[in-house]
Amino acid sequence: MKLVKTLLATSAMTVAAGAAFAEGHGNMANEMTIVSWGGAYQMSQTKAYFEPYSAMNEGLTILTDESSGDAVTKLRAMSEAGNVTWDLVDAVASDAMRLCDEGLAMEIDHDAMLAPAPDGTPASEDFGDMIVSDCFIPQIVYSTTFGYRTDLLPSKPESVCAIFDTDAYPGKRSLEKRPIGNLEWALICDGVSIDDVYSTLETEEGVARAFAKLDTIKADTIWWSAGAETPQLLADGEAVLGSTYNGRLFSAIAEQGQPIGMLWDWQMLDLDGWIIPAGLPEDRLARVMDFVYYATDSQRLADQAKYISYGPARQSSAPLVGQHAELGIDMAPHMPLDPANSVNTFLFNYEWWANYRDDMDAKFQAWLLQ
Amino acid sequence: MAQNDSTTGGVMLAADGTPLKKSLDRALRAQKIRALALIAPLLLFILVSFVFPIGEMLLRSVQNTVGTDYIPDVLPNVVVELEEWDPASGEAPPEAVYRAMAIDFSAAFDNKLHTQLGRRFNYETPGMSSLFRKSGRPVTKLDPESGNLKEAFLEIDKDWGRIDYWATIKANSGRYTINYFLAAFDAERTLDGIKLKDPDERVYQKLLLRTLGLSLVITLCTLALGYPVAWLLADLPARTSNLLLILVLLPFWTSLLVRTSAWKILLQEQGVINDIWIWLGFEDRLSLINNQLGVIIAMTHILLPFMVLPLYSVMKTIPPSYLRAAKSLGATNTVAFLRVYFPQTTPGIGAGGLLVFILAVGYFITPELVGGADGTFISNRIYYQFSASGNWGLAAALGTVMLVVVLMLYYIYDKLVGVDNVKLG
Repeated sequence: MKLVKTLLATSAMTVAAGAAFAEGHGNMANEMTIVSWGGAYQMSQTKAYFEPYSAMNEGLTILTDESSGDAVTKLRAMSEAGNVTWDLVDAVASDAMRLCDEGLAMEIDHDAMLAPAPDGTPASEDFGDMIVSDCFIPQIVYSTTFGYRTDLLPSKPESVCAIFDTDAYPGKRSLEKRPIGNLEWALICDGVSIDDVYSTLETEEGVARAFAKLDTIKADTIWWSAGAETPQLLADGEAVLGSTYNGRLFSAIAEQGQPIGMLWDWQMLDLDGWIIPAGLPEDRLARVMDFVYYATDSQRLADQAKYISYGPARQSSAPLVGQHAELGIDMAPHMPLDPANSVNTFLFNYEWWANYRDDMDAKFQAWLLQ
Repeated sequence: MAQNDSTTGGVMLAADGTPLKKSLDRALRAQKIRALALIAPLLLFILVSFVFPIGEMLLRSVQNTVGTDYIPDVLPNVVVELEEWDPASGEAPPEAVYRAMAIDFSAAFDNKLHTQLGRRFNYETPGMSSLFRKSGRPVTKLDPESGNLKEAFLEIDKDWGRIDYWATIKANSGRYTINYFLAAFDAERTLDGIKLKDPDERVYQKLLLRTLGLSLVITLCTLALGYPVAWLLADLPARTSNLLLILVLLPFWTSLLVRTSAWKILLQEQGVINDIWIWLGFEDRLSLINNQLGVIIAMTHILLPFMVLPLYSVMKTIPPSYLRAAKSLGATNTVAFLRVYFPQTTPGIGAGGLLVFILAVGYFITPELVGGADGTFISNRIYYQFSASGNWGLAAALGTVMLVVVLMLYYIYDKLVGVDNVKLG
């Protein structure tokens, strides 16, 4: 009950805050805590959003935290303790949905609170399907895809099914230590069409089929749990083929010059964006709304792509994507949604995994233990 | 009665006339209160920062809640109506249950609890999460007074007729539940009572045994490696032993993550040790990491100081003359060690062993990083339930099981060896 009241209060305040920043003033807090993922990703946000915004707002202190991996748990604990210290949180879409469900994130009126596209298209249309939850302000599209050693494989892999072909592509593979993605790839490579993958996984035979396919490479697989592991394993020659986030591979290839190639086939797309914790006091909320309005406009989203190869979530940002800030290479061909890269893709199926994640995870762990 | 001084001639009196016993009690009480006042800050700190949060966390393993509300408080009408319904009948619940659900669900929707309810039930029966999410707004539009709510529910989603879903709701009608503990032992409620899960879903029993087994191996390894080092340290002149002691402590001051990553670099297939192995003329590279062996090596190294230090401080107190006396009385080196020296070091072995074992059982980051497929510990699953799945109840149940198991082992240790026989120095 308490949650509902605060939530209603927040919505009312949000409207007020929306009106306030539209007039270019408001009683805004001078300190803002932004939570993100750390590493190269957070650095790209610092360069594209935090630094320019700080320059425009003298006296503002932006504090950062690198706890996005535990966003749901920590926000829930903060909310139960009645002391939410975060102002803005970068979260993957599935976490955003969960936070929204639990009333821990504020609902967003995308058209009223976010900037329209340069041609006047309202934000909700510009983001389109990327708005997967009422609380979610989309920011980037990223994908989990494969990288391979260009010099250690006999031929260049063209299909994701190369991971299951140990004859043509001998050597270790690195896969994420969780069922998401791996089960889909196993079934796709076992001849199931992408439209039938999830209905197949709902049957016991389907699950058995996916694990049987994974069995064929179990002895050749190194399981990772942190996104940085695959680039490291590839660089060391420990693995010849492995999955990770596309931005990590880009940085290993373009920034560090490792002999690694991108395999975009059947990349798993996912979204990342901002959520605002529910129940912020008025001055902090006003500050966050002002920041979010600035940091999610078409140009700013395109600016982030100068530093990291994650695609902006706005349609109107795509033509604005330019060159890498230091390397001077065109960034568009390195985006997950570039037409050449997105011939075969699938979107992380949030709803299905929300239902079956625990179940599949138990089966996956039991399978690992066998 | 002691008050009556005049009649109790045999009672000793203090200077002020009160009986000595009473006066002494008073003085001791004052002393105790003063002692208590001195430790009060620490006691309070431990209560607030340790006992209370852990107790609260452990309670979650039996509380049947969504968010902070108990399920029977969120579904008050449904719980009452379901009492009449028997899942074993093989038929979906009667109309009254659906009417109750229409009322309770709308209230839950208003409180933003309906999706949380779905998630909560989904822990036990997959599929319920999306059923509750999909049904959100449509159910609030139903008229609780209409006569055919069952049909209306089935129209929203035919899954509302599934008996196993309703059985799950019925099984969670109480404020407290043992379901999390069932799950922690790989069991579940089915329509035919409590059963073990399918073999392809049993993980926790195996993980618990593996965690205990590997921890024991790691403890024995630290003992085998640490004992000679500690003896050497205790035997050498102070100047040399202090220098060596610093070498033992040095890894202590390095970040755990750095040490774990260093092991990865050393042990991986293209790593330093394997390169030397190949250089020596061997054909096949060894799998030294991303398996149980890797966990044993890395954790033995990390936990070694916890074995060496208690051993060292106990050995330091054993006079070297004892060994010399044994030998001068005709004992061989082996007998002197086994019958004279070794028994005196058992308090150190006990302390070091307990310390290493209990630390190892709770280890998380090293098994996660170097454990691969078969070297993960139960703590890795607790983290998953806590963080990725959000199933705090199951995480708490697993934690409680671990706590009880460790306390039981401690008890057995006490019976076999005696806890008094543990010395840290």
